[in-house]
Amino acid sequence: MDIIQIVIIGIIASILYIILKDLKGPFAFLIVLITGITIFIVVINQIGSIIQMIESLGQKASIDGMYIDTILKIIGIAYITELGANITKDAGLGAVASKIELAGKIFILLLALPIITAVIETIFNFLPST
Amino acid sequence: MLTDASILFQIAGIGIIVALIHTILKQMDKEEYAQFATLVGFIIVLVIVVNGLSDLFQQIRSVFLFQG
Repeated sequence: MDIIQIVIIGIIASILYIILKDLKGPFAFLIVLITGITIFIVVINQIGSIIQMIESLGQKASIDGMYIDTILKIIGIAYITELGANITKDAGLGAVASKIELAGKIFILLLALPIITAVIETIFNFLPST
Repeated sequence: MLTDASILFQIAGIGIIVALIHTILKQMDKEEYAQFATLVGFIIVLVIVVNGLSDLFQQIRSVFLFQG
């Protein structure tokens, strides 16, 4: 039951955060950061097996490996971006957080560019060319 | 490696001890030493956190096929 472990980590982190918030220094924020990292690492070990299943399914359906790779990269970028944006927002830097989100969106669009190009070329092939 | 809560207690313990040292040094009218102690504690915790962060990024990179 990993979920119990994660919930307990969250509760402990909140208690420690409340204790450390009254003391001087930046340690309360570092508690938040390390909690996020810990929970993320627990989760990402499980994501690995899900992704292996997706890849084997894709190979059975004989989908081009490039597309699945692109999708996985996009999911990875989304996770990292969300982690960074949330932590930055927690530290009180809302403007930087929205810039991080903007950067994540742009990089996702950049990765999706070959797929979009392929779709548009397919549509052009449907059009009757004279 | 990071999948338990012991690192949380580690950081919280360092934070409490450093705050204690800060307060004691301040009471002894050694303001600059107090600041220095806080700085050193912060750097120690920062090393732990950055280690965890690099671990996380390595995991993400290996899971989401960022190598190729």
